[in-house]
Amino acid sequence: MTRLRAEGLTLAYDERTVAEGLGVVIPDGSFTVIVGPNACGKSTLLKALARMLKPTSGAVYLDGEVITTYRSKEVARRLGLLPQTSIAPGGITVGELVARGRYPHQRLLKQWSVRDEEVVTEAMRLTNVLDLAGRMLDELSGGQRQRVWLAMVLAQETAILLLDEPTTFLDIAHQIEVLDLCADLHEENGHTLVAVLHDLNQACRYATHLIAMKPGEGIVAQGDPSEIVTADLVEDVFGLPCRVVPDPETGTPLIVPLKRQRVPVAESLTAL
Amino acid sequence: MKVRGRVVRTRHVSFRFADRTVLVSLALLLAVIGVGLVTLTSGDFELTVAEVANSLIGRGDGASDFIVLTLRLPRLLTGILVGIALAVSGGILQGLSGNPLASPDILGFVQGSATGAILVIVLVDGGMAEVGAGALVGGVATSVVVYLLAFKQGVQGFRLILIGIGVSFIMLSLNQYLITRASLSDAIAAQAWQVGGLNGRGWDHVRVVGSAVAVLLPLALYFGRRLALLEMGDATARGLGVDAERTRFALIAISVGLAAVATAAAGPVSFLALAAPQLARRLTGSAGAGLVPAALMGALLLVAGDLAVQRLFSPAQLPVGIATGAIGGLYLIWLLAHEWRRGIAR
Repeated sequence: MTRLRAEGLTLAYDERTVAEGLGVVIPDGSFTVIVGPNACGKSTLLKALARMLKPTSGAVYLDGEVITTYRSKEVARRLGLLPQTSIAPGGITVGELVARGRYPHQRLLKQWSVRDEEVVTEAMRLTNVLDLAGRMLDELSGGQRQRVWLAMVLAQETAILLLDEPTTFLDIAHQIEVLDLCADLHEENGHTLVAVLHDLNQACRYATHLIAMKPGEGIVAQGDPSEIVTADLVEDVFGLPCRVVPDPETGTPLIVPLKRQRVPVAESLTAL
Repeated sequence: MKVRGRVVRTRHVSFRFADRTVLVSLALLLAVIGVGLVTLTSGDFELTVAEVANSLIGRGDGASDFIVLTLRLPRLLTGILVGIALAVSGGILQGLSGNPLASPDILGFVQGSATGAILVIVLVDGGMAEVGAGALVGGVATSVVVYLLAFKQGVQGFRLILIGIGVSFIMLSLNQYLITRASLSDAIAAQAWQVGGLNGRGWDHVRVVGSAVAVLLPLALYFGRRLALLEMGDATARGLGVDAERTRFALIAISVGLAAVATAAAGPVSFLALAAPQLARRLTGSAGAGLVPAALMGALLLVAGDLAVQRLFSPAQLPVGIATGAIGGLYLIWLLAHEWRRGIAR
């Protein structure tokens, strides 16, 4: 029994079909990462899993039911989404923003219960932004801000978190900081994470379950990165000749592109 | 306390307020009451506060009863209600579009109301009530056109504003054309309506605008929480369980209703819907829809403006829109300049 899965998904924007016949099972308690080259439909798949995009055919199932049969707030109590971009409201403090994550749990007359306060505090503690609670969001660095947005999604108290390219716009140190935080959430709090990542090496290092997508073909491989990531797969999916070696830090697959094949200048000129 | 604000909790009810929002709202409320008292007591026929109070509780003499209950109070109440309606209407549109320019007069709703009113004046020779109905229909119809033209897999803020500006200019030229084609007396009546104002507003106006505000304001406040979430972008709001497109439609409908009724009652009151929410937001300095302080700011601007045009320029009867434009505009410029100098404007 997995809580989140999709069957026979065809995804399209307007008339343009992005991917067809996608079948995905997100293992409970996994850190699933979706990878693939640009335009392979990985963000589109995540959007469909988060019921942001209506599939042309097929369906996404949450806890055994088609996800669209739930009320919007009910889904938001089971599944949280960190979109690629969010607009920070002007004049908002970190604490206030994180508190907005409680919306699906609040009612008209119960807008700030003791429970709300506890969960928001805990979400800020987990993401290490508790000390920033009173600060204005727009005073923070990019990495801090991303942790605050993550705290807002955590305040939703959902077991499943969907993250759409959570490391884009961050420098390498902050990328690792955010991914380490995700790994902690996954290991220590048992969250099921589904993330779209650009960096294949980061994906191999952090994912417990990898989904590889290719433009026009949809999902070409899914499983434990150590088992499915090979030089052939990377060449097939990304068109990149490479070697796959064990990551010296973690032992997970590390993709090393082959060095440039030099064509001697003199030779190429005489060939003309 | 990790999240700023004052918390009120009982077993079944819990709320969190930003201190400054509460303070600003109270101050605005007091200011509205103060201006209201000056409006009721001052003028060609001076009354004491006691005389006004007696009239209000039904113990006044004939003369002060007439002045307070027939002349000054309905005009004051219409002003308060129209101010609330316009400010909330503008606040909703600004929140939805994430753009401080969005307001019913920029998006053409007000010009559409004018078209409706002028058509009734020119074609049917209607009375006050018919003209009001025409304005209502014109405003709602125009907003439907703007909404449909801006709709493409949902309505996006910027598209809404651009289409609204376009439609607003079309309605404006249509209005000019209608006036040039009208008889002289109709043209004068149409022009007078377009100038707007609170002169001679009676209990009928209070009842109409009052019932619209009584229905639509609670709805606006109810949806206000979702409005604050929509400001973070559709994806974030939907992730939190807000049905974005349906909420946006409901909020636009509420905004249109408030603007159309206000315009039907007082004619086009320029600038108020744009300035009041901006002023309120800058005073409270807090995130969120802030519709309550915006509503109070709208009421204050309108009654203060009306008091100014009644007393400062008397006996000439200037339309209140001139005063709200001048007061609100100057104040907004001052606030913005002040913020920019301190380098905190957004």
